[in-house]
Parts: sequence; structure tokens; C-alpha cells
Amino acid sequence: MSKYTKRFDGRKFDETRKIKIELDIIPNADGSALFAFGDTIAMAAVYGPKQLHPQHMQNPSKGILRVKYDMMSFSVTERKKPGPNRRGMEISKVSEWALADIVDLDSFPNTVVDVHIMIPQANASTRVAGLNAAVLALARAGVPMKEMAAAVSIGKMDKTLVVDVIKEEEDYEEGEGATDIAFCFGSRSKKVLLTQLDGKISPAELKEAMKLGEQACSKIYEMLKDALKKGVEK
Amino acid sequence: METSEITKKRIADFLKEGKRFDGRKLLEYRNLSIELGVSNKAEGSARVKLGKTDVMVGVKMDVMEPYRDSPNEGVLSAGAELTQMASERVESGPPGFDAIEVGRLMDRGVRESHFIDFEKLCIKEGEKVWTVMIDFYSVNDDGSLIDAASIGAVAALMNAKMPKYDEKKEVVEFGEWTTKKLPLSKSVPVTMTFYKIGSKIVLDPTREEEDASTAKLTLTLVEEDGKKSINASQKGNEAGLTMKEMEEIFDIAEKEYDNLLAKFEKAYSEAEKAKD
Repeated sequence: MSKYTKRFDGRKFDETRKIKIELDIIPNADGSALFAFGDTIAMAAVYGPKQLHPQHMQNPSKGILRVKYDMMSFSVTERKKPGPNRRGMEISKVSEWALADIVDLDSFPNTVVDVHIMIPQANASTRVAGLNAAVLALARAGVPMKEMAAAVSIGKMDKTLVVDVIKEEEDYEEGEGATDIAFCFGSRSKKVLLTQLDGKISPAELKEAMKLGEQACSKIYEMLKDALKKGVEK
Repeated sequence: METSEITKKRIADFLKEGKRFDGRKLLEYRNLSIELGVSNKAEGSARVKLGKTDVMVGVKMDVMEPYRDSPNEGVLSAGAELTQMASERVESGPPGFDAIEVGRLMDRGVRESHFIDFEKLCIKEGEKVWTVMIDFYSVNDDGSLIDAASIGAVAALMNAKMPKYDEKKEVVEFGEWTTKKLPLSKSVPVTMTFYKIGSKIVLDPTREEEDASTAKLTLTLVEEDGKKSINASQKGNEAGLTMKEMEEIFDIAEKEYDNLLAKFEKAYSEAEKAKD
């Protein structure tokens, strides 16, 4: 029996927090969106495809995607020093790899697409919220994509798997403690585009966690799609 | 996108006839709206929209040793990040001068206006004082970031609650707050940046208008006991201003202080209502 029988915020184990989506929040950007899992908020802006300078960085066979993720200093209880740090740089890179697989880079050679993700308010799961915001912003910018993607965090509290982890769950210490896993799945291919794990979990349990992640991402993807459809109709 | 020379010339030509592209009067600010508590992890925070310009300012606090020359006073630090999210013009890498300028002017306005009562932020003289850290982030840059930053800083400070402090362990209990507000003066500082375009002076320029300007003058004003004072000022950009222009700006500033303060107070009280 697992010690984690009831979630801190009363959610069902496979339930995400309330999802909030806003499109076109940044007029300067070619595409932009806000995506929130409850009080974890991510904003994303897409600029491009545009000319890449200096010229020697251009790739004549395919386009370049650059992703930058950062948290605002006051998004967390202990102030984060403004500007990039190792954690942010790593998240930027794994997010870039995730999105590079779904963006049709071949269709815009010599040019670059910049994706900027900012977190104004954090309660865990910021990188996956950021990815969802980025996918929406890319779509709004009209960047050619091979498929869409959605992302979610899966946690293991003692022996219980949960969807969309909050800070209190990240810090759970009873029994086997907490394992925190980020997943991003391609909407059609169902490929894993991003995964990161911290904690301790058996291979069998990780298979379960991955299935749970894929199911949650399918639901989130439907919400992203609905929001984009409404955005087009508006 | 850089503003073309033709557009800059046209902006200046329009201004000669007293006209702006968006139909505003020369000294008229765009619509101002404020949202409070944009991060529930901050001691205080605000999002300020001035037309299409959109910024966020947050206040975080901590406890530290005071500076030797002011052993019984809290400490202020303020900085700005011009994000690449907000504008295509921002280059990656360390903050450019524009970001430093916004942070410095926001800092100077709050500091020199004595808006924060730093003596009340002393916990133990010479040993422990509160430090107030104000951070600015641009969300969408359509000009006038300096004034937006100052409005945001004032709103975030007014929105701030004191964190809990464990006196025995002498540490801040991060994520827990008292019901006490940050000790602030009743006199709200108002920062206005005047931009010279051609021979005209405008307030709250859009990005294009800012590009067309050759000089700017930032002033922070405070009113106490019915008297207005200028507590901070800095001239920016390459062109000089004649003494006559300076005098004109001081006169306008005194008058416009009331207008901008009223606009701020209205937006702030609407934001408070929306939060309830």
C-alpha cells in the first residue's frame, strides 16, 4: 500500500490542475500564448522564421530553431537571480530538442525561429507548461509543423503515480519519497520528445508513468487544439 | 524592426501640426491598466499595460546585514530585464544599456522619493535589516518602458506584504506572509520621461516615436504638504536640451504630475477591486 492516498490539493491522481490558455498575448511577436496548470503560468513568444545573422550561422539545407526558457525572479518564493543559469540553459536545450522534432525545419532554410518562454509564477511543472505555451505560440505564428505536441509532469509519491505535480508533491518525503518526471509527446507520432527524471523508480513503474503521461498529454493536446480552433474562428 | 528614417521624419512632421499617429495629444498617456498579484510567490507584484506596452514588476524581500553607513536602514536594489520575448530587438547575452538604464531609473525614482520608509525596515541595528528587491521584466515593448517600470514598481510596492520572519532563528520564512504592508510614504512618486522629437516634447511615446526622438529627460516628482519637488532626474540620448526647453519641461511636469497620479490611482483602485 502506498502512503500517498490523497493529493495535497484534493485532485484525482490522473487529473491535471485547471488549465488556462490565452492566445496572442504579445502583440510584437509573430505568435504568442499563455498556458497555465493552476498557478504555474508560462508565457511564450515566437519570432520568425526570420533572417539569421551572422550569415555564417545560417544553414542552407534547413532552418534553425532556438528556444530560451527563463523564470522571473519573483516567480518563486526564494528570489531567483535574474538572467540565465545552468538549470534554465538545460531546460532551454531539452525544450529546443523537443520542438525541433515537430517543427518542419526543412521548409525554412537559411532562417531562424526564436521561441522565448518566461515563467511569471511557478508552482512546479514549469518546463512542461512552457512547452505547451510554446507549441501554441508556434502554431499562432504559422510556423510549419509536422505534428503538434503536448507536455505534462508525472510524479511518483511513495508508490502512487500522479499527473501534473505541484511543489508540495515534489517535496514529498514519506515512504519512497518523490520522483518527478517531465514528458512531452508528439500528438500523432506519440513519440517521446522530452523526458527528464529525478528520483527513484523501477523500470516497470516508469513504463506505467509513461503511459499515464501519454494519456494526459492526449487530453492536453485536445485542449490546445480547441483553443487554436477558437483562435482562428475569432 | 527598426523604424525607418521616412517614418521618423513623418512622425516629426505630424508633431509640428500637433498630431500623433494614434490621435493622442502630445502630453497624453495611453490607456493605463494595472493588474496586482501577478505572482503569488512575490511579496508584491504588478502587471502594467500602457497601450500595447506590457510589463511585470515584482518585489521580493530578504534579510541581510545593513551597510555600514546606514546601520538602521533597510536596503533597496532594483533591476530590469528587457526580455527577448517582448521585442525582437533585444539581443541575447548580458543586459544591454537599455536594460541597465530602465533599472537604474526605476531604482533612483523609488530611492530618492523616499517612498519606502527604510528605518522601519531595521530589525536589529547594525546586524539585521530587510532588503527590498524590485525586478522588472518587459512582456511587450511598445515604448515608454521607463515610465511603465516606475508605475509598476510603485504598484508592486503598494501591493507588497511583509514576509514572516523567525526572530529566534533569524531567518525569513519564505512563502509565508504577515498581514502587515510594506512601510510606505503617502506621497506617491510619479516618474515622467519627456521625449524631444523635432522641436516638440511628448510624453509616453510608442516604440516608433521613441526611435524618432533625439533627447529625453526623466523626472521623478513627489508632492508633500501641497508642494511638488523633483527628486530624481536624468537626461538621455545624444541631443542637448536648451535651458528654455528644460524650463518648459519642469513647468509641464508640475502640471502633468496631477494627471498621471490621478490616472495611476484610478487604475490601481480598479486593480484592487478586481482582485477582491
